[in-house]
This record gives sequence, structure tokens and C-alpha cells, in this order.
Amino acid sequence: MLGHKLLSCRFISSSPVRLLDATSWKRTCLYELHKKHSGKLVPFAGYEMPVQYADLSISESSIHTRKHVSIFDVSHMLQTHITGKDRVAFIESLTTADVQGLKPNSGTLSGIKDDLIVTKTDKDFIYMVTNAGCIEKDLPYLQENAAKWRSDGKDVEIKTLDGRGLVAVQGPEAAKVLQPETDIDMSKLTFMTTAIGKVFGIENCRVTRCGYTGEDGVEISVDPNHAATLVQRLLESKNGNVKLAGLGARDALRLEAGLCLYGNDIDETTTPIEAGLTFVVAKRRREAMDFPGAEKIVGQLKNKSWPKKRVGLIAEPGRAPRAHLPLIDPLDKCAIGFVTSGGPSPCLGKNIAIAYVDKSHSKDGTEIVVDFGNKQSKVTVTKMPFIETHYYTGK
Amino acid sequence: MSRYFTEDHEWVDVDGDIGTVGISEYAQSQLGDIVFVDVPEDGKALSKGDEAAVVESVKAASDVYSPVSGNVLEGNSQLADDPSLVNSDAEGEGWFFKITLSDPSELETLMDETAYEAFVAKL
Repeated sequence: MLGHKLLSCRFISSSPVRLLDATSWKRTCLYELHKKHSGKLVPFAGYEMPVQYADLSISESSIHTRKHVSIFDVSHMLQTHITGKDRVAFIESLTTADVQGLKPNSGTLSGIKDDLIVTKTDKDFIYMVTNAGCIEKDLPYLQENAAKWRSDGKDVEIKTLDGRGLVAVQGPEAAKVLQPETDIDMSKLTFMTTAIGKVFGIENCRVTRCGYTGEDGVEISVDPNHAATLVQRLLESKNGNVKLAGLGARDALRLEAGLCLYGNDIDETTTPIEAGLTFVVAKRRREAMDFPGAEKIVGQLKNKSWPKKRVGLIAEPGRAPRAHLPLIDPLDKCAIGFVTSGGPSPCLGKNIAIAYVDKSHSKDGTEIVVDFGNKQSKVTVTKMPFIETHYYTGK
Repeated sequence: MSRYFTEDHEWVDVDGDIGTVGISEYAQSQLGDIVFVDVPEDGKALSKGDEAAVVESVKAASDVYSPVSGNVLEGNSQLADDPSLVNSDAEGEGWFFKITLSDPSELETLMDETAYEAFVAKL
């Protein structure tokens, strides 16, 4: 029953993992710490990453995150600095973001070929964090384009922060745990803003208020030589109940928060409009229509017409809808879409899913059927997020 | 009564011509929190290797294959109310179904407890 089946868990199959032998898996700067805390390591995006730790099951870890605070190693994601005086125009040429209009030290979700977070710092560079699964796609694309710009006499450089640690601290107790240990004012650091400061005495930490769980929290970019100390000190904090969490909880939490996983819920064949991510296409950019795919995307917006829509589904008890399963109309049995992510929600105790359906079946409360092959089960279209999100807006 | 294991981590206890089938302690530990088990209907005819049941954890859904051929006597109805029995007692109370063996010679292709332990140790 297990064998290859177990390796097809959704968070593993969802990233373009190539079959690597054990010796060629990369390790993050927190690898030894994962081992020390009995992390169960699996191949993920070319790295050996913990799917969970010995002390908590995936359900327990997900629930813990929403009640207290969890630490996730996300150092497998690509961190880059874009420098040069033409950096803003350069990034805008490849994305839908209004980088020009961003306040210094704030960021936005955007897309190049996949999703990424672009942050305009108050220094002379843009800070970007890119989906690990897309490093092989994005980085060459960025570098080729930068080279083209330079050959046109423009000033732009891509600098990857190789090996640098990235530690996500997520949950309602995140700020309470961090504030006594940092010179950054957490009350001023609102959602999608960033600051450089000391954390537990470690210099030059970049703390960005963002995450992938729907909870308040930060991602801390840290010198690889100090990453393990940072995590260890966080775990020892008396100001909150801090535990390590792995990819399993991360995937369950992001699904509950209705957040997309690139490769599953969004890819190069979906538009931000279809995905319900219209906000990533900045207003100024819609008017200028100066980004890749602009004609299609702006066209969909203008005509208020797009063929499919990303929706949430709540399922009957029993088998959970999982990625790739077809969805059908309960009456005429016609195919109307497919599931892109799904599974049991630890915090709701129900089966939930993200799916694309024909616009005609995308209304809240619409009942449709998920087809397991030998069995069918009813699901209901519902608004996302499935849980209430708690981003810190400073209000 | 003797217990046999498959390479797919099912076990079968054999008493006369009745087999009781479940998944191994190792399998449940790999799957994590089990939230749903779909057991086969009474009377269903299964061949060795057929998909017999589905076990669903937070992490993934997995098929459970029948380790032997025969007719299903009964599914474990307790699993409908409490699928976590598979986590707490995979090789006891967390059994999946009972089956009447149609070809006991199939058991010769399975592993005994010692062989299975050695098999798992290498994974």
C-alpha cells in the first residue's frame, strides 16, 4: 500500500522533484537541527526537508500553529537581491507588480512565471523570495533578461543569497516571542513590510511580516552560520509555546487559509484572474498593459469574462478530495472542473479542497460531485479562506 | 495462528481458512494521523493484489491491497467511527477486514514476521 504511493503525498508530488539519489539532495543550513529534533526528512524541491518532527503529528502540529507558534525551515526558497538603478523597471517588465508604487520596505505577492514576493527595500536593492520548486525556471529567466537589459546599456544585477537561512515563525504568539529579543518594533511591522535588525543578538536579520499559514507571523532571513542558533533560541523562549513544524503542517495550514501552491493551484496555464488573485495585477500595470500575458489578463478583466474560476470546496465526511480528481455536475454528469489541492483539515475536522470549476458552477453553495473513479461524493462550493485569517495590519 | 506480511505493508493473520487483514505498525507510522478508512463490502470477491480498501491520512490517500484471494467476510465497522484505531493499534484492533481464503498456497509468497522486520529495516 505504501511504497511509491506514500511518496505521492500531495506536497511532494506537487513540486517538480526530479528523482534524485540521496547523495544529490541539497541540505539547508538547518539540516543538522532537523536531525537533532528527529525531523522526518523527505525529498522536496531538490532538498532534504522535514515533513514533520517526532514530537507532533501533522494534525497536532497544524493545530499548535493556530493556537501558539511554530517554526518552519523555508531556506529552500530562493532569496535574491536585484540591484542597479534600473532594477524597478526591470522587475516590472517581468511581473505584474507596481514596484514603483510600493512604499520603501514593503512588498507584494506577484508572479514572474510563478508566485513570488517582491519587496522594495529602503536601500539600493529589491529583495525577492521565490518558490523553491521554480528555482530552475525563474533564475535563468531572471539572469537572461538581466543580461539582455545590460546589453541595452541598462543597469541591473541579480545576486542570489545562496545558502542563506529563511525561518518562518507563524502563529498568534509570534510577535510576543520575538519582541523581547529584537530591536525591531513589531507593532510597526505590519503585514507585507520588512525591517533589518538584531534578533537574539544576531545581526543583520531581515524580518518580513508574511507567511503561508493564514496566521500572523514573520519570515526571518538570517546568516546561515547563525540560523540554528536563532531557531534554538526561539524554541527556548518563555514568551510562547514554540514548536518546530514541517512541510506536512505547512501544506495543511496553507490549504485551510486558501493559499495557492504553485504547481497545484496556479501554474503557467492559469491567469491571476481565474485564480481569484486579481489583486496581484496592480492597477497601474493593468492600464499600462506592459507585462507578460497582459493582453489575455487585461482582456479577461475588461470583458468580465473568464472560463474557469478557483473556488473552495467543503466535502462530505469520508474520502477527501485530492489533487487532479475530476468534478462533475450532479445532474447531467458533465465534467465541470478538477481539484487542485485537497485533504482533511486538521483545524476544521472536515475535508476541504481548492478546485477550478466552470464559472457557471462557481457560486457559493453550489453542490457538485467529486469523482473518485469507483466512488463519488458530494462537495459544496464555499468561500475561502476556510478558516479566519489573522494578518497583522496594525489596526 | 500465523501472521504474514506483504511488501506493501499489509499483514494477514490466518486462522483455518479465515484471514484477518490490516496494515502494519510501520505503515501507520509512515501515514500519520489516519482520518478515514474505506473497508470493502461483505461478500466482495478479491484477488491477491486487488485494491481492497482506502486509508486516508492528513498527508495522503493510499490504497490497501488484498494480500490473499478470497471473499470478504466483514469489514471492521469500528473504523468508521474511530479511524485512529489504525494509529493506536494497527496490528490489533485496527484490522481492516476478514476474508475467506480461496487459495492458502498464496501465503507461501508472503513474508513472516522476521522477514518483514528485516525488510522494513532496509527501507
